[in-house]
Amino acid sequence: MQFPGRRKKLIGSSQNDLYDHCLQFYGQPPLENISLTEFETFAVERLKLLKTVENLGVSCVKNSEQYTKKLDAEISSLNFPQKAELSEQKVQGGISEYEKRRKDHISHFILRLAYCQTEDLRRWFIQQEMDLFRYRFNDLHSKHKTDFLHKNNLKYETVSAEEKKSLQDKLIASSYGLSGTKVEEHDVYKVPFQDALDLVRTRKVYLLAGNAYIPHHEIVTIVLNDFRTRLSKALAMTARSLPAVQSDERLQPLLSHLSHAYVGQDYSIQKNIGKISLEQIDALSGKSFPLCMRHLHKALRENHHLRHGGRMQYGLFLKGIGLSLEQALQFWRSEFVKGKVDADKFDKAYAYSVRHMFGKEGKRTDYTPYSCMKVILSNPPSQGDYHGCPFRHSDPELLKQKLQNYKVSPSGTNQILELVKGMHYQLACQKYFELTHNVEDAGFSLNHPNQYFTESQKLLSGGRDIKKEVDMSQRSQENPASVTRPSQANSKQAHEEMGDLDSFFQDE
Amino acid sequence: MPTSDYDPACLPDLLPLYYRRLFPFSQYYRWLSYGGVSKNYFQNREFSFTLKDDIYVRYQSFTTQNELEKEMQKMVPYKIDIGAVYSHRPSQHNAVKSGTFQALEKELVFDIDMTDYDDVRRCCSAADICSKCWTLMTIAIRILDRALREDFGFHHLLWVYSGRRGVHCWVCDDAARKLSVAARSAVAEYLSLIKGGEETVRKVVLSDPIHPFINHSLSVVERYFCQYAIVEQDILGSKESVDKVLALLPEDILSFPVVLGAQLTVISLSLTYFDKEIMLQYCYPRLDVNVSKGVNHLLKSPFSIHPKTGRISVPIDLKELNTFDPFEVPTISLICEELERPRADEAEDDDVKDKENEQEAGERRRIRDYKRTSLAKYVKVFDRFLEAMARSRKGEMLQKSDLQKDF
Repeated sequence: MQFPGRRKKLIGSSQNDLYDHCLQFYGQPPLENISLTEFETFAVERLKLLKTVENLGVSCVKNSEQYTKKLDAEISSLNFPQKAELSEQKVQGGISEYEKRRKDHISHFILRLAYCQTEDLRRWFIQQEMDLFRYRFNDLHSKHKTDFLHKNNLKYETVSAEEKKSLQDKLIASSYGLSGTKVEEHDVYKVPFQDALDLVRTRKVYLLAGNAYIPHHEIVTIVLNDFRTRLSKALAMTARSLPAVQSDERLQPLLSHLSHAYVGQDYSIQKNIGKISLEQIDALSGKSFPLCMRHLHKALRENHHLRHGGRMQYGLFLKGIGLSLEQALQFWRSEFVKGKVDADKFDKAYAYSVRHMFGKEGKRTDYTPYSCMKVILSNPPSQGDYHGCPFRHSDPELLKQKLQNYKVSPSGTNQILELVKGMHYQLACQKYFELTHNVEDAGFSLNHPNQYFTESQKLLSGGRDIKKEVDMSQRSQENPASVTRPSQANSKQAHEEMGDLDSFFQDE
Repeated sequence: MPTSDYDPACLPDLLPLYYRRLFPFSQYYRWLSYGGVSKNYFQNREFSFTLKDDIYVRYQSFTTQNELEKEMQKMVPYKIDIGAVYSHRPSQHNAVKSGTFQALEKELVFDIDMTDYDDVRRCCSAADICSKCWTLMTIAIRILDRALREDFGFHHLLWVYSGRRGVHCWVCDDAARKLSVAARSAVAEYLSLIKGGEETVRKVVLSDPIHPFINHSLSVVERYFCQYAIVEQDILGSKESVDKVLALLPEDILSFPVVLGAQLTVISLSLTYFDKEIMLQYCYPRLDVNVSKGVNHLLKSPFSIHPKTGRISVPIDLKELNTFDPFEVPTISLICEELERPRADEAEDDDVKDKENEQEAGERRRIRDYKRTSLAKYVKVFDRFLEAMARSRKGEMLQKSDLQKDF
């Protein structure tokens, strides 16, 4: 991969030198050629990892057992490097540690291209990369931590033994988990307080004459600061060289969609066609529909009409849960006719649109139901619209009222509103799922309204019928990158995902 | 010393006199130029004025001391605020390409306002202050001054009486002026111990281990607590105020008879620090983090007048902190009156006048003028502050030139 203006000569190009530590600061961009498929796969997988980092960061306490277990599992299943030594034997059929580190390196740089473009994207990317880095750094053995500092020329000034002794009591009183022996045995670092703001802000460090005295086990905070600064600068630089990259036709579509990427099941292949009857929809809307669809359904019932944006979002969702074309036509017609539209007009104007959704008109593209990402980011609703994501697009006061009307407890509502405030809309919806289904943990990471429906049905029916379908589709989704040579299924999967990305922005 | 009855209605007459003959322009300019080390530092500084009838104007800037004087004498501001040093001259900010006009540097500032203590003082409320609650300011200054110097390593702090109900601190070190928003807010939060508003009863919560900063602050509070809280504020003097104190105790020990000030056996770990928490809640400084956070935040200028009280925002001499009395701070009416008093040495000045040019003469006159008034000792405090900064700048330059082997 060559980036204009950033070529650097590699000195000593043996495999081992290049990736001699499982963690890196991503200082040097990769200098090899890779296939487009690898390019796509790497990017998508790192994105999956970062999204998991984001989800776990909000739903669990960072560094709690739950957090570590889940994140470990994800890192492992996506084949990113963990703490293994480079020379460790390959697990049969698996990927070598070297290859994992290479993937880590390359995927990071690809995502930089996608996420450098706006302030919001940069902020998100930096936050997740920092959390990931923090997790991986903390996971290192002490020796490897020191190794890392040395290899990256991070020279933090250490405090002399005499000074340590004289400040011992003060140090113990300022840092959590510090004891006399620890102070004696391990290094204490001295950095200007401006480089340790997180510790200063929470008063978790000893300050003297403008310097913060950081015990060894807290050094991660300083390293993280460094990491953030470097990444921030790098992203700004990347944004400047982006036009050159974007002019590459092969990369441009991928990059411009990666930042909006949905990386899961797309519900395009209809399962359970005809299993739902129209009479069930009202009841289902209260039990198993996510808030956005419940909202749309209610609006449709009350106004006997929905505008284009609402018809698309809701109509495709209904297709996804299994409505056949005939059912859909009947559903929409019966509702619209109650309003200002007579049967004839419906057949002339709106029926076409329904058939279009099912791929029976025009381009014959079988449109896929919208993912949460698409609902949240595209086509914000205006006056008279009922589509969009209520957690993103509703005024918090109205959202609160609505939740109260739907019998969500005040404490639950508050939790949801907190998540909304933190802009974690999908997590807010997940919380809504948990509260309305009376479960502690949804057990899935919400990314798609149809996923909400499927999971809800699974839960309510005790996990029988639908489970089989869900399992199969999930299994095919979990194995995308455990092979070095892209298999048929793998590349098709990746390609499908990319193809669908295009369709996200192609409303009729 | 009589403060000479101040009447706000006289401001239109007093202010012009103040700006013409008493305002210490040359020291003021010297301060804000910071030794001329950074180019255009004074020229790119924002001032804001509140004029008669509450007309507020921002983005005022001046190229020279002379221009500053002339403009202030012309506009006669009722209030003066100092803002940040920008990337361009603030007065020309509209001519600058959108997005490029930015606040670059400013002193790190703190604003302690007596109204923030209303829930814990019994003698006054709102804008009123008295000698009994003034102790809170003394405590605040001692705690913050120590922390800013010893913990954060700052050296050049200017403490100023706001003119009515509080004090301001201007941290003028080079490093302080260059701090980012994140750093300023981190410093302010480090210094904050009182958390919670109206709905929070127990605003201070301590847990093991107690950070050295808190211990230092406690030792200051303890020095003043008995005299201030028990005697002057009389917090145990009525059932109502005793109840307020008891409300701060953790619930589980309310059933025990409480004797404040005596040794109490520790019942559980969470109860260990309740006495410290109470003292801190009554006395620890309450700062407004928002004032300190912003690089572009505007703060009342030293030596400006407080229109409601007529008092001058004077620097506070920390060596005399224990005897500082806000009611002894001169008002504009007082010093204008002092100015009018006949002088013994008027004769010799007339000879010297002919030999100097206008500006020098004007300045000399002004220097002699304020020296005749109660403003003098406060300008001296300011002078010493400026001297210290100048010496430190000189020291740094010598260090730098030594390093560069420049002899």
